[in-house]
Amino acid sequence: MADHDDGNPLWDASIDRRELLKRGAVAGGALAAAGVLPRHAFGALPGAAGNVTFYSNQLAQVAESEAFRKTLLQGFDGKVDAIFAASDAEFDTRVRTEARANKGTVDVLGALHGNYTTLEDKNYLLDLSDIAKDFTTGKYAIAKNLMTLGKLGTNKQYYMPWMQATYLMAANKKVLPLLPKGAKINRLTYGQLNQWAKNIEAKNGKRLGFPASSSGLVHRFFQGFLVPAFSGGVVTTFKTPQAAAGWTWMKAAWSHTHPQSLTYGFMQDPLLSEEVLLAFDHVARLKNALELRANDFVVFPAPTGPKGLAYMPVLAGLAIPKTASNIPGAKALIRHLLSRSTQAKTLSSVGFYPVVAGRLSKRVSSGLRAEANAVKIQQTSAKALPSLLPIGLGGEGGNFNNVYRNAFTRIVIKGEPTTAVLADEAANLQAIMDKTGAPCWKPDPPSNGACKVK
Amino acid sequence: MASVAQPAAQARRARRWEGLPYWLVLPTLAYLVIFFAWPTIQAFGLAFREDGVWTLDAFDTMVNDLRFKEALRVTLILIVVIIPLQFALAVAMALLVNAQLRARGLFLYVFLLPLAISDLAAGIVWSSIFTERGYLNTVLEKLGIIDTPYIWLDFQKESLLLFTIVVAEIWRSTALLMIILVAGLQGIPKEFNEAAGVFGAGFWQRLWHVTLPMLKPSIQVALLLRVILAFEVFATVIAIAGEGTTTLAAEAYRWENTNQDENVAAAYASLILVLSLVSAGIILRFLRTRKEQLLR
Repeated sequence: MADHDDGNPLWDASIDRRELLKRGAVAGGALAAAGVLPRHAFGALPGAAGNVTFYSNQLAQVAESEAFRKTLLQGFDGKVDAIFAASDAEFDTRVRTEARANKGTVDVLGALHGNYTTLEDKNYLLDLSDIAKDFTTGKYAIAKNLMTLGKLGTNKQYYMPWMQATYLMAANKKVLPLLPKGAKINRLTYGQLNQWAKNIEAKNGKRLGFPASSSGLVHRFFQGFLVPAFSGGVVTTFKTPQAAAGWTWMKAAWSHTHPQSLTYGFMQDPLLSEEVLLAFDHVARLKNALELRANDFVVFPAPTGPKGLAYMPVLAGLAIPKTASNIPGAKALIRHLLSRSTQAKTLSSVGFYPVVAGRLSKRVSSGLRAEANAVKIQQTSAKALPSLLPIGLGGEGGNFNNVYRNAFTRIVIKGEPTTAVLADEAANLQAIMDKTGAPCWKPDPPSNGACKVK
Repeated sequence: MASVAQPAAQARRARRWEGLPYWLVLPTLAYLVIFFAWPTIQAFGLAFREDGVWTLDAFDTMVNDLRFKEALRVTLILIVVIIPLQFALAVAMALLVNAQLRARGLFLYVFLLPLAISDLAAGIVWSSIFTERGYLNTVLEKLGIIDTPYIWLDFQKESLLLFTIVVAEIWRSTALLMIILVAGLQGIPKEFNEAAGVFGAGFWQRLWHVTLPMLKPSIQVALLLRVILAFEVFATVIAIAGEGTTTLAAEAYRWENTNQDENVAAAYASLILVLSLVSAGIILRFLRTRKEQLLR
């Protein structure tokens, strides 16, 4: 343990203290100017970070918030008041109000890429280029495409990538022999997935599972996976025949789906109880199953549709508003959260993946490593079609989700005719786009003005 | 001289005491205004005003929502099915507690236990009983009654789903009725029942002609409370049925939390309030206790 005494046992190379100190000194230049010198390393920057107010719409579930306060802030030499917004709307309102008043109490913001792009005035955020330059190479490097997202289309670093996540499929190993002939688990098509679920039904009953209760994230499956994989878009292609084909697939798959799916919030629970043998969910919501019984489960990418392997990447970032009262402390907190040890703890405690480079060591549970591997295969697939979380919807995000959920309820559960439902819901979708004026986001082609349903 | 001053001072003191009850009521009144009346007014404001304009948009959205009819229907079904069952059970439980049995204290505590559990926790407990790999199926399998686990929480079998909710709700909230009825029973003088017994009335006759009529004021209170609470039921429903079914309060919660539309949530809240008021009015009207029936 001697070489891990810096509280960083989760990376596969032990950390060179001298190197860290050197980097800390360089990185702490700005802090040094403010009279705050790095005492130790990234992981535990200044003793004088003071009071820092952290405001986030991520990690808002009670268990996650607790993990943030107890585990992720460990080693940070300052007092952090961590506040978690219950909803995007609450987050947007507070950030916008503080910006307008040109006066605020928040020092560090934690939010998704889409939340930052929605800000009316990007100049409300401090340019973090001075921090960014310390995360360009070596073990501390953050992938360039992530850094570019943080620039919000400018040459300033408005937010630092913080943690990432996505959604995956998981299966109990006992249904692997039931895979359809010729199907490769890491390159499943939607047709093969359906056939697999059908084979499972013949032997074990309806064992496919979706998190379709009100606390489940099944709408992300429709927005980020099903609809784009079949139609190539999310909004513009909403009522195309290709999208309708996607819903027809859903109907077929639903006939092999566990009837209790409407009560599932986190798929890790029915996977563990074996009510469900094949499931789709957010990585953080599969985590417990994979950690508790890594040997019983496999994780693999979402299936590929006619337009590609559509998947929804989730990227959260850290930013400092201009109205922050403790900017040196805020920067110290960002460096702390991006330190390798905190990044590793972020994975093991809340299930979000690191943004900094470096291979995960064997000390990370094998379940989490399997997940990381599946995430990588999904991202780097030749057919990958990233489908972003909605951007620019602000308080309408809930209604946007409702359109997809209603389409699901009406077409799949109540059996209404697909084309008519899609036409109805397309009108609702268009109303939301018009109300917010949100331009299209990937994979829809860029638009001038509000995104239009074709 | 003193004899003139004394009555005046006495009168002053008496006047001071006359005002006292009002002062004592004041904190309660302030509490009710701040935490009930004001939020109620605000909720109505939210329901009828959007962006500073008076509008019925929120109600329009509510009524035309996919799940509105289902929510209204299920809420009413639950009330119609649960409340009579609960009353029958509560009367039986109250009589049992009130009978001079040796273990009456034990009965009371056991019956009261569910009251101490939050409705969401109760919902989660019952969902772990009814879920496919839950306790109920395990027990049934062990007893050899079923071969393979039976799926109770199947959204395609609505009556079965509602049955599970009814069971959970009865378990959770019958004790509330029972405790009110026990209090009522203890206020009925023994002589009435004894007299009826002397005239040859059996148990059922005494129950029907003596006990229940005398319980009327308690029944009225219990019914009032229970019906109002029934309009608000949602945590049990969400925990057991998920998206499989819904109630008015569950929809209010969904619009506030998931859809983040406080106007529509407030419209649901207003509807629940109006329905509660109407049913409270009906109960008060039909279960009116005439003055001469009151026990003094």
